[in-house]
Amino acid sequence: MSDWLSPEEWTAVRLSLIVAATAMLASLPLGLAIAWLLARGRFWGKSLLDAIIHLPLILPPVVTGYLLLIGFGRRGPIGQFLHDWFGIVLSFRWTGAALACAVMGFPLMVRAMRLSIEAIDRKLEDAAGTLGAGPFWVFLTVTLPLALPGILAGMILCFAKAMGEFGATITFVSNIPGETQTLPSAIYTFTQVPNGDAGAMRLTLISIAISVAALFASELLARLVGRRIAVE
Amino acid sequence: MSAVIEVSVAHRLGAFSLDAEFASDGRLTALFGRSGSGKTSLVNVISGLIRPQAGRVVIDGRVMVDSAAGVFVPKHKRRIGYVFQEARLFPHLSVRQNLLYGRWFAPQAEDGGSTLDDVLDLLGIGHLLQRQPGALSGGEKQRVAIGRALLAKPRLLLMDEPLASLDEERKAEILPYIERLRDGFGIPIVYVSHSIAEVARLATHLVILGQGKVSMSGPTAELMSRPDVPILSTSAEAGAILEARVLRHEPEHGLTILGTAAGPLQIARRNLPEGTALRVRILASDVMLSLKPLDGISALNVLPGQVSAIGARHGDGGALEVQLDCNGVGLLARLTVKSAEQLRLAPGSPVYAVIKSVSIDMP
Repeated sequence: MSDWLSPEEWTAVRLSLIVAATAMLASLPLGLAIAWLLARGRFWGKSLLDAIIHLPLILPPVVTGYLLLIGFGRRGPIGQFLHDWFGIVLSFRWTGAALACAVMGFPLMVRAMRLSIEAIDRKLEDAAGTLGAGPFWVFLTVTLPLALPGILAGMILCFAKAMGEFGATITFVSNIPGETQTLPSAIYTFTQVPNGDAGAMRLTLISIAISVAALFASELLARLVGRRIAVE
Repeated sequence: MSAVIEVSVAHRLGAFSLDAEFASDGRLTALFGRSGSGKTSLVNVISGLIRPQAGRVVIDGRVMVDSAAGVFVPKHKRRIGYVFQEARLFPHLSVRQNLLYGRWFAPQAEDGGSTLDDVLDLLGIGHLLQRQPGALSGGEKQRVAIGRALLAKPRLLLMDEPLASLDEERKAEILPYIERLRDGFGIPIVYVSHSIAEVARLATHLVILGQGKVSMSGPTAELMSRPDVPILSTSAEAGAILEARVLRHEPEHGLTILGTAAGPLQIARRNLPEGTALRVRILASDVMLSLKPLDGISALNVLPGQVSAIGARHGDGGALEVQLDCNGVGLLARLTVKSAEQLRLAPGSPVYAVIKSVSIDMP
C-alpha cells in the first residue's frame, strides 16, 4: 500500500478518515437532541431553529467556512473564548477541519434522525409509560431502538458528507499538508501542479472506494436493524 | 367497604365534552356505550394519558388525580395496567422481553403480583416466548398484551375493547382467559366495550355512557333486566342475566336441570358437574308471556312471575320491553305493542314467562 501511495497521500487519507469520524461522533449527541426537539418539541422559534440547522445545506460552502473563520478564528469571539478558557485552538488545525465537516454534515444527520423519530408510533411510548417507564426510560428503551435505522443513516450521511467536504474546510483551516489537508484538498492540490494527474487519480479512486464502502455499510446496518424490528 | 374505583371528570376536547362520574367496587366494571360516547377518553383519564381539566380519580384508596388539590400522578407512577385495542407490543423486543418490560419498573420489594409462570399458564402463551410480535396472530398479540400489563403488577387493569379488532373465533378464544383473569387474580378490571354480549358475559358492574355522560351505573344483572335503559333494552341482544347452578342431569332426555332463584330451567345436556355455578342469559326476544298456566305447549321452561315495569315503545316501531319479577329475579320480555294492549298488562299483573331458549355463559 505504502509503495503505491506516497507518504503525503497516505497522510491525507488517514487524516480524512479521522476528521470525518470525529465530525460524525462529536455531532451525534447534539444532532440526536436537536432531531428529537424538532420532531417532538413545541416551542417558540422552532422553524427558526430548523432554518438555522439547514443553512449550511443552502449557503455556498465558502460562506459557511468564512463565517466559521470569523466566529471560531483566533480573533473571533468564540475562538478567543475557547482559547482563553480551555486552550483550544481550532483555526488551521485538524480539529477545525472536523468542526467545518460537522457543521456541513449536521443538516443531513438531523434530517434523517428527525424523520425516523417522527415515524415512531407514539402509542408505543404511551404503552411503555403505563407499564411504569418514566420519560427517560421510554426514550432509552422504546424511542431510541425504534429510531435506530434513521440514526445510523444520519451518521453515515454525515460521515460521507465529511469525507467529501472541501469548500468550508479549505476556507476555515486552509490546506496544510499533515494538519488540515484532507482527501479533497489533496486532490485539489494535485490538480494545481504539473504532472499531478496520477496522484489525483489515485486519491480519487480511494475516495470512491471509501464512499461506496460507507454506502454498503449503511445498507447492511439498516437491513440488520430492520430485520430485528419486524414491522407489524 | 369503600369503592375501589371512584372517578369524576370534566374535560373538554374540541367539540366533545366529557362530564362523567361513577364509582364501582366490582371485580369487572364495564364501560358500555356507542362509539364516540367517551369510553376511551374516560379510561385515558384513569390511566393518566389524558390530564383532565377538572376531576378526581381515586383507585383503591390512592388519589391519582385531584384537580382541586393540584394532584396529578403521572402515568408511569400509577401502576395501572392498560390493554389497548391494538395490542401495541414493542416490535423491537421478543415476546418474552415484552412480557417482562414492566418488571424493570415495578417495585421489587413489594411481593405478591403474578409470576411469569402464572401468567404464561393463565394465558396459554408459553410457546410464544422466543417469537417476535410481528410473527403473532391477532389473538396471540392480545394475550401477550394482557400478560405484559399483568406482569407490571398493576393495581387496576384497564382493557379498552381488547377484542374489537378480532374476528368471532379469536374473541371466543380470548373470552375465557378474561374470565379466569377476573375470577382468579384479584385485580379489579375496567373493561370498555360496545358489545352487549361481552358485557353480559364478563361484567359484574355496568356503567353506561352516552355523549360523554354516565347515564346509568349499577350491578350488571340489575341494569340488564330493566326495560328503561334504551341502549340495552331496545337492542337485539337485550336480555336478562341469571345466576344459576347445575342441579342434576336427565340423561334419558339429554337435559341438564339448572336451579335459579326464579325457578328451575331445563337446558340441553352440558357436561358439567352438579353444583357448578353458571351465568345464563335469556334474551328478551326469547320470552313470551301468558296470563294463564299453559297446557300443551312444547316449551319446557315456564316461570311464574309478575309484571314489574313496562318500557316505552321503540320510537314508532311496534315493540316494547316488559320487565318481570320472577321471585325477586328480573326477566325481560319483548312484546308487540298490540299484545301488551290485548293482555292488558300493567305493573303487578301476574303472568307466566315462556322461555324459548337459554344461552349459557360459562362461570
